[in-house]
Amino acid sequence: MEFRNRDIISIKDFTKDEILYVLKTAKKLESRPNPSLMKGRVMASLFFEPSTRTRLSFESAMTRLGGQVIGFSEPGNTSLKKGETLWDTIKMAEQYADVIVMRHPVEGAARLAAEASGVPIINGGDGANQHPTQTLLDLYTIQKAKGKIDGLNIGFLGDLKYGRTVHSLSTALTHFNSTLYLISPEALKMPESYTEELDRKKVKYHEESDLMKVIGKLDVLYATRIQKERFPDPMEYKKYAGVYKLDKSMLPHFKPTLKIMHPLPRVDEIHPELDNTPHALYFEQAGNGITVRQALLALVTGRIK
Amino acid sequence: MTGKTLKISAIMDGTVIDHISAANTFRVAEILNIKGSANVVTVGMNLESKSLGKKGLIKIGGRFLTKQEVDTIALFAPEASINIIKNFEVTKKFRVEVPDTINGIIKCANPNCITNAERTKTNFHVLDKNPLKIKCHYCERVIGKENIELI
Repeated sequence: MEFRNRDIISIKDFTKDEILYVLKTAKKLESRPNPSLMKGRVMASLFFEPSTRTRLSFESAMTRLGGQVIGFSEPGNTSLKKGETLWDTIKMAEQYADVIVMRHPVEGAARLAAEASGVPIINGGDGANQHPTQTLLDLYTIQKAKGKIDGLNIGFLGDLKYGRTVHSLSTALTHFNSTLYLISPEALKMPESYTEELDRKKVKYHEESDLMKVIGKLDVLYATRIQKERFPDPMEYKKYAGVYKLDKSMLPHFKPTLKIMHPLPRVDEIHPELDNTPHALYFEQAGNGITVRQALLALVTGRIK
Repeated sequence: MTGKTLKISAIMDGTVIDHISAANTFRVAEILNIKGSANVVTVGMNLESKSLGKKGLIKIGGRFLTKQEVDTIALFAPEASINIIKNFEVTKKFRVEVPDTINGIIKCANPNCITNAERTKTNFHVLDKNPLKIKCHYCERVIGKENIELI
């Protein structure tokens, strides 16, 4: 499968086979680490918007493969302040690097950057639109923990309306034969454009506001933070904040094999007392980000075929 | 039927846009920018039509439309038909058709789309032709007919 020079912009660009190929490559790299795979290669890390986790994860991935990292972590000190266009910034960066990882607050920025760039672009998030490497690491985490992605009962919990990770993961899961449980308050339900897609692809799903009604069925529970910044009215936020809290009192209702995931950062949706139970998968999930990003870096630069 | 033929044959060379749903007549006139035109133009509104009830019709003498103009008309008046007139004869007649991709004609309705932040040509993929539903190539936002705006 040819990934060399390919841009990673949107999970919607991936076929099922391509997703599985990335996961397979990640698995290989995890079992046989290669600390000099990217030796002599440079990754430009262009963060037009701050992001601790994604940036550190990419930079760590590249460094652990023996590559070098250049870039900026916020646009404050760059020529963007002088009015340089994204197009020109990318044209400059492609001269300096073998691969460009970018995050940008404006939707579609990564797709445009890919048109400007001769070296591969990896989208580390473009506004509310896409964050494909998060989705791939989520899938990798499910596959690693469960041995499969098909035939599972996967719950999504919390803010399904604005949660970008939920939207992308549910889109990716349309390739697999799992059943989705969409658990949220009425006001934060999954937007119709996504449930329509589930319908179109004949994915089985249930919408539910009461977590306790379905918790016992779940193999995987993907919890999300209800994002304060999405609510113009703090009263409205208060109404929904903390509506779902996972803690030890729920343990008797969990399947013994239930795995809890979360894209992090969490607020109070998952009590820290669950961190040391076999259900907690969220920190491992963050760790898997390194592996999956290593696989992507190696694939798009042609270091792994 | 004879009345319609008469209208169409009234210009020597040019284009007749027929079967515009009445409400969209001025929209189509706007797309063709006939306001500033020096050509002979006739605009008919609320004419009787078997298929549409009421229809609009625009005749422009001495002008043939570009593909982009025809595609744009299709977005706002998908039922319209185009008659090309040469030497008083209808030499070609066709229904407009919504293309599979729309380049550079319309604006993305998402204010946070890169095409609104940086000067770049817009590009949309048509998901449904009727009712029209399109997806921005860049920000991936799905836009319905009611939010479609010309650049």
